[in-house]
Amino acid sequence: MSSAAHADHGAYYVPDPSRWPITATIAIFTMFVGGALSLNHVSAGPMVLGAGFLLFVYMLFGWFGAVIGESESGKYNEQVDVSFRMGMGWFIFSEVMFFAAFFGALYYARMYSVPWLGGEGAKVATNQFLWPQFTAAWPLFNPPSNYGFEQFKETIGAWGVPFWNTCILLTSGGTVTWAHWGLQKGNRGQLILGLAATVALGALFVFMQAEEYGHAYHELGLTLNSGIYGATFFMLTGFHGFHVTMGTIMLAVILGRSIKGHFTPKHHFAFEAVAWYWHFVDVVWIGLFIFVYWL
Amino acid sequence: MSQAAAHHEHEHHDHHPSGITRWLTTTNHKDIGSMYLIFSLIMFFIGGAMAMVIRAELFQPGLQFVDPQFFNSMTTMHALVMIFGAVMPAWTGFANWMIPMMIGAPDMALPRLNNWSFWILPFAFTLLLSTVFMPGGGPAGGWTMYPPLVLQTGAAFPFLIFAVHFMGASSIAGAINIIATVFNMRAPGMTLMKLPLFVWTWIITAFLLIASIPVLAGAVTMLLTDKFFGTAFFSAAGGGDPVMFQHIFWFFGHPEVYILILPAFGIVSAIIPTFARKPLFGYSSMVYASAAIAFLSFIVWAHHMFTVGMPLAGELFFMYTTVLIAVPTGVKVFNWVATMWQSSMTFETPMLFAIAFVILFTIGGFSGLMLGVTPVDFQYHDTYFVVAHFHYVLVTGAVYALMAGTYFWLPKWTGHMYDEGLGKLHFWMSTISVNVLFFPQHFLGLAGMPRRIPDYSVQFADFNMISSLGGFVFGLSQLLFVVVIVKCVKGGAKATDQVWDGAHGLEWTLPSPPPYHSFNTPPAPETIEGGMR
Repeated sequence: MSSAAHADHGAYYVPDPSRWPITATIAIFTMFVGGALSLNHVSAGPMVLGAGFLLFVYMLFGWFGAVIGESESGKYNEQVDVSFRMGMGWFIFSEVMFFAAFFGALYYARMYSVPWLGGEGAKVATNQFLWPQFTAAWPLFNPPSNYGFEQFKETIGAWGVPFWNTCILLTSGGTVTWAHWGLQKGNRGQLILGLAATVALGALFVFMQAEEYGHAYHELGLTLNSGIYGATFFMLTGFHGFHVTMGTIMLAVILGRSIKGHFTPKHHFAFEAVAWYWHFVDVVWIGLFIFVYWL
Repeated sequence: MSQAAAHHEHEHHDHHPSGITRWLTTTNHKDIGSMYLIFSLIMFFIGGAMAMVIRAELFQPGLQFVDPQFFNSMTTMHALVMIFGAVMPAWTGFANWMIPMMIGAPDMALPRLNNWSFWILPFAFTLLLSTVFMPGGGPAGGWTMYPPLVLQTGAAFPFLIFAVHFMGASSIAGAINIIATVFNMRAPGMTLMKLPLFVWTWIITAFLLIASIPVLAGAVTMLLTDKFFGTAFFSAAGGGDPVMFQHIFWFFGHPEVYILILPAFGIVSAIIPTFARKPLFGYSSMVYASAAIAFLSFIVWAHHMFTVGMPLAGELFFMYTTVLIAVPTGVKVFNWVATMWQSSMTFETPMLFAIAFVILFTIGGFSGLMLGVTPVDFQYHDTYFVVAHFHYVLVTGAVYALMAGTYFWLPKWTGHMYDEGLGKLHFWMSTISVNVLFFPQHFLGLAGMPRRIPDYSVQFADFNMISSLGGFVFGLSQLLFVVVIVKCVKGGAKATDQVWDGAHGLEWTLPSPPPYHSFNTPPAPETIEGGMR
């Protein structure tokens, strides 16, 4: 039992010793070792990676299970709630900065490295000495050197699948907010329906994105290996797609908890944390749609 | 809610698992703080041993002991171990121990996350240090991991990248925890402008961590995909640019410099007023100066790469912003000196280290100004002048503040006074030898000796030999530090609650050693004097 919990009388909540953090560390360590061995073509690599992943999933159930249990038994006071909010908020900010690195790479390539290789401004000599036949363009169908890079025929236009995906994500932002209204009003049906719709839209987005990747790889010849365009395209959309997948799983957990009767109109931080995350993923997509697909 | 019930709960919670399980599962800020500090001390000696290899090899011109590849892996690993393994965890250790006590909280805001941030580190460093024994050797392209050189790393490469990811996760989790603790766990009456400066500088550090570490994670992820998945981020042949890595890396790297030094400013700002028996001069200007430094640290990054062929406008912009940092830093140095002005100082070991910090860190700051001026940096770039500069700010800066802080709070942590004679011996041995070690490196650099090179022209021989001798003495002197700590943990004169005459702040109102949970209920508002006094 924790030394909790005279919440309203200014005492503090400090959780008991927990075996979950060390389990998480060992799981991630195992995954990293497995991943590194796989990249080095050591045959045991994938197995180690898989074992780490299983332990990681076990840890997620255990750690989140413990926190959900404590939350449902009413141990968390207002102060704990605020700590969680700050934690989630700053975690999302750190994710924003993670994306910023990849967006930075995109802007740098478009504004500087490609034009410079094409001899723009003071960089005439760069073009003359390295690849005099190279002309700068974006999308960059023909990288300076053809050696080692795949050429592609076409890019994925903004107004096809990416446009519909934008609509899907924006709608899902609306459905999750509608679900939140339901939760605040104590209307469980609206909560569950809204969440189910959001999960479905998230899954649909991931499915369409996967289809689009297949199209790019098999018909357009656009791959990770297609010079700087392919690299930035797949890194940004892939990292985003990974986040949508995570967000969808998180929403599905919240849906499951809502069906089980968790959360009260006043006390539902987990719901809000996932909703924040979902809006963050949404906003990143708007950035992607504008700078990767459209402009 | 009665006193008795609360007391009972308190008693109950002090029971914790025994043996190794206690340390693996602990959620207690003091346990975790101690583990951070011990881990950091071990890393300090591992990184130090690597430095000894470097100085032994450079003792004379020619190749004596190690082959060049191993030498380069030593310079690379020395930096990674010292930055990510010694200094950063030491600051988090201090934060864990001191912040809850300083703000009147029972513990950190997110104790399980706290355990996780610590336990990542030994595993991350297992990944990193194991690379030295792999085919192709450890990473040897420098801690800055510039492509294309770093992409030639052997089997160590993915381990290096994942180790960086892992340490980054630890830092971000730690930073989030500190922000939540300071903003959410302060005792009533502990307003922001009453916070001790160590807490202030740590919040600012935490913001820097959250904003910069993910960018490093992004940069090394792109290295990984460039090496294994055929992307062209840092390959000009594919339309990318190796220099782009340097931009992204230093967007992280420069804030990182302040991550290493800001908590040092906080510690020195706690120690000098204590032994000067005078309130800190210019408390609020210290807070604003720290914030200004943190802001500027995000717009100076390209001063690490003046020689890559940036457009002129870039060179000028980054030169001006860089020298601008001298202003808030000057405010701080002025305030420390003004605090000592006409005060009744005594010179216990923490104070000696703090005064040495002010003088020697300022020398490092001045050489930094020289490096910040673009045209002259073309001469100094990648020479031993740079090595001398950043060792003055990191060893006689960050590490000296760590030692000052250790001596300052060791009686509070252990309940015993340390051996003052040995402490002073440690200080004087360190301070003399560290200057013999690093000062001649300025001359070597100005004369043109490049860094990260296992062999050199004969005209550099004398100063290198002097520098190596200083290095060996400095290395050996640190064994005294361990002796002092071990002796103090084992016993010694009983420390009072206040420990030092001039000590003010909530941590000194608790017994020495403090109870397992610092403040189970918030301290009375009238006991809070605040950093300003």
